[in-house]
Amino acid sequence: MIKVNGEEIPWHEGMTVQNILDAKNFTFRMISVWINENPVERRENYNSTPVPDGAEVEVVHMMSGG
Amino acid sequence: MERMKVLAEWSYTPVQSRLGYTRETIWLGLGKGDGDYRFEKRPVSDDMIDKFIGGRGFGLRLLWDAVTPDTKWNDPENEIVISGGPICGITQYPGAGKCYSVFLSPLTEQTYNSNAGGYFAPLLKFSGFDALELQGKSNVEVVIFIDGDNGRVQILESNIKDDKNAYTVTEYLHEYFAEDEKDKKNISVVSSGEAAAYTYWGCMNFSFYDPRRKVARLKQAGRGGGGTVLHDKNVLALVVKMSHVSGTSTGPADTTTLSRVGSKLHKEIRDFDDVQCRMRTVGTAHLNEIMNDYDLLPVHNYKFGRHKDIANIHSDEYTKRFAQGMPDGCWYGCSLSCAKATPPFRLATGPWKGREVIVDGPEYETAAGLGSNIGVFDPEWTIEANFYADHYGIDTISLGTGIAFVCECYGLGLITRENTGGLELNFGNKADIMELIHRMALGADEFSRTVALGTRRMKKLFAEKYGADRRVMEDIAMEGQGLEASEYRCQESIAQWGGYFLTLKGPQHDEAWLIFMDMVNKQLPTFEDKAEALFYFPNFRLWFSLVGLCKLPWNDIEPEDNHTKYKGIDAAKVPEHVQNYVDIYNAVTGKNVTKDDLITMSERVYNFERIFNLRMGKGKRTDHNCPNRGLGPVFEDEWNVRPEYFDGKLKEAGVEPDGMNVREKIAKLQEYRRGQWEHLVDAVYKRRGWNRNGIPTLETVRRLGIDYPDVVELLEKNLKPEDAF
Ligand code: SF4
Repeated sequence: MIKVNGEEIPWHEGMTVQNILDAKNFTFRMISVWINENPVERRENYNSTPVPDGAEVEVVHMMSGG
Repeated sequence: MERMKVLAEWSYTPVQSRLGYTRETIWLGLGKGDGDYRFEKRPVSDDMIDKFIGGRGFGLRLLWDAVTPDTKWNDPENEIVISGGPICGITQYPGAGKCYSVFLSPLTEQTYNSNAGGYFAPLLKFSGFDALELQGKSNVEVVIFIDGDNGRVQILESNIKDDKNAYTVTEYLHEYFAEDEKDKKNISVVSSGEAAAYTYWGCMNFSFYDPRRKVARLKQAGRGGGGTVLHDKNVLALVVKMSHVSGTSTGPADTTTLSRVGSKLHKEIRDFDDVQCRMRTVGTAHLNEIMNDYDLLPVHNYKFGRHKDIANIHSDEYTKRFAQGMPDGCWYGCSLSCAKATPPFRLATGPWKGREVIVDGPEYETAAGLGSNIGVFDPEWTIEANFYADHYGIDTISLGTGIAFVCECYGLGLITRENTGGLELNFGNKADIMELIHRMALGADEFSRTVALGTRRMKKLFAEKYGADRRVMEDIAMEGQGLEASEYRCQESIAQWGGYFLTLKGPQHDEAWLIFMDMVNKQLPTFEDKAEALFYFPNFRLWFSLVGLCKLPWNDIEPEDNHTKYKGIDAAKVPEHVQNYVDIYNAVTGKNVTKDDLITMSERVYNFERIFNLRMGKGKRTDHNCPNRGLGPVFEDEWNVRPEYFDGKLKEAGVEPDGMNVREKIAKLQEYRRGQWEHLVDAVYKRRGWNRNGIPTLETVRRLGIDYPDVVELLEKNLKPEDAF
C-alpha cells in the first residue's frame, strides 16, 4: 500500500509516479509531486521515477484559472 | 463624419503621475435629468492613498462618500467609479493595465466591483486622473470624452441612433476621435450595449485598438450590472484619449527594479508557458477538459461535473479556432497574452447574420457557462453567443448560469412553452437558446425581460407569474447575494463553498479558488485550515484590485522550481511572484512594504467593503446564502451518477446508507452538509475578525485603522453582544 494525498492505494512492483497520476486521473499540468517529503524534480521524470512500497506521496495541484 | 453637439466642455491642466499617482480624481455630474452638467477635479488625500491604495479601494471610498444608506442603484446619486491603481500603466511587468469599476449593483443591491483589461485606466491616469467618478443622470444620451492630450473634457450629445451595441459604438468612437489609423491605439472606449436597457446583467466593454487586426477589441467588466448603471445614466460611452505612453509614465521611483523584475517574468513565460498553462496559445480555455476530468465542469445547471461530449469543447477545439502567433496582451507588456481572438468568424444568426467579425475569447468561464452548463457542446455556437453577449452588453457568466437555471426549470416543467414565448428551452436546444439571447437584447417579450432581471428575481417572478414551485427553484438556483455563480462546481469542496458563498459580492471565483487545495490535495483538513485559506487568498487576491494588476501572471505561470522549492500551501502562494509584487509596488511608489503588508492593505479594504454592504442594508449572515445545489445533489439522477461515492460520503458522516432510498440519502447528505456549512461560516467569520453575524468587530476596524466616526457609529448600531464569539 502507498498513500496518495492521504488516501491508501495498492502498490505494485515497478510502480512509477506516472502510474499514480494515471490511476487517479490527475491530468492537470501544474502539479508538484513529493515522495516521502522529497520533490520529484521534473515532469519528464514521472515515467521513470519509482514509488517504493509504503511511500507517502503528495500530488499537489496548483491553483489556476479565473 | 457628422460631429456631435457639445453640451458642456471644460479645460484642465493634466497632472503627471508621480510615484504611481496623479493625486487628482475627476468627478463628472450629469445632473438629475435636467442637463446640469458639472466637472470637478478633486484632490486625493494622504489618508486615501495610505488606507485605500487605489483601484477598487479608491472606488469604494469615493462611492461611500457619494451615496447614503437609502441610495438605490438607479438613483442619480449612485456612481460608477473607475480607477486603476498605482501600478496600473507600467509596461515592464505583465498584466499591469487592469481597471476596476465600483458601483451599487442592480443585481445585488449592494456594492460591486468588476475588473477589465483594455487601455482605459492607464490612459485615464496619464490624462491626469487616479479615478473617474460618474454621478447623476443625463437628460439626453451622451458620450463623455476625456482628452488628456489637450486637457479637455467634453459632454457630447450622442449621434449614434441605430445600432447602439458595443462593437458598433466602439469602432465608431475610435474612428471619430482618432486623427488617423495610427492614433486609434491612443483611445479607449467604455460602452455597454442595447440589452443594458432591459437586463440587470449589463456589462461594461472596455476597448483597446488592435493595430494588427485593425479592429477595436473589447474586454469586459462583466459582472454585477455596471453596464446597466451606465445605461441608466444615459451614457452611451466614455472615451479617453492620451498619446503619450511610456514605461515611465507612472513616474516610478525605480525603473531599474521594474525592468529587472519584469524581465525575469517575461523569461519564465517564454520558457515555461508551453509546458504549464499554455495561456499564450489557448488562454484560460485550457481548463475545459481539466475541469471535466476532476468532476468540476458545470453541466446542466451544475447537476453534473463531466459530460461524454467533452471532446467537442476540448481546448484543442478552441486553440484551432483562435488566431495564433499574435501578441494578444490586453495592455502593453503583457507577454502572457491570453486575450485570444478568432480569425474572421461568420455569424449564423441575429442582426449581423452573415457578417464576419473578430470574436474576443471565449475564456473558460464563457466556454463553460455558454457551453456545458446549458448543455451545448459546440464551440462555434459558444463563440457566436459570446460575440452577441458582448455586443449586446450582457455578462456572459450570469447569462450562462441564468440560462442554465431556465433550462432546468423548463425541463422540470416549472415553466412551459406558453410562458417562454414559444421557445423550447431544454438543455442543448441551441436555436431556441440563441433566440432567447437575441430577444433579451431587444426586451422583446415578457419572458425575455423576466430572465434578464437575473436568477434571484426569476425565482420570484416564475413563482408569481407562472406558478413555478419556489422551493424547488431555491434548491437549484446557483446564486448567492443575487449574483449568479461562476463556472465551477463546488459541491465537493467545503472550502470552495466559502470561496463562492462567503464572499463580499457573491459567488465569483476572484476571491478564492480552493477546490484543488481542499478536495484533491487534501491540504485543508480542518475548518480552521479552510478558514485560514479563506482569509489569506481573498485578501491576497484583493490586492491586485487595489494596484491595477491582472491576477493571471501570479499563478498561471510559475518559476520552474516553484514546485520543488516550496511545498503545499506555500507553493500555491508562488512566493517568488509575491516577492515580485512587493518589489514592483515599492519600485513604483517608493515605499517599502513587505509581503505581510500586502495582506494588511487588502484586509483594510475587504472589511471596509463588508461594512459598506452593512450600511446598504446587507452584509449580515443571512445575506451569505448558499443553495442546496451548491452543497450536494438535489435530485436522484445527480446521486445516481456516483452512487458509491455519495454512499461513502454518508458513511464518513456517520450515516449508514443501506436500506435507505436515494431520496432519503439525499436528504441526509444535505442535512449533514448544511451543518458543515454553518460550521464553516463560524470558522471563517472568526478568522476574519467578524462576529457571528458576519459583521467586522470594533477591534478589527481599529486594528486596521478604518475606525472612522461613521464606520464606528454604524458598527455600534449593529454589533450585538449575543453575536460575539
Ligand atoms: S494575462 Fe491575459 S487578461 Fe491578464 S493582462 Fe495579460 S492578456 Fe490581459
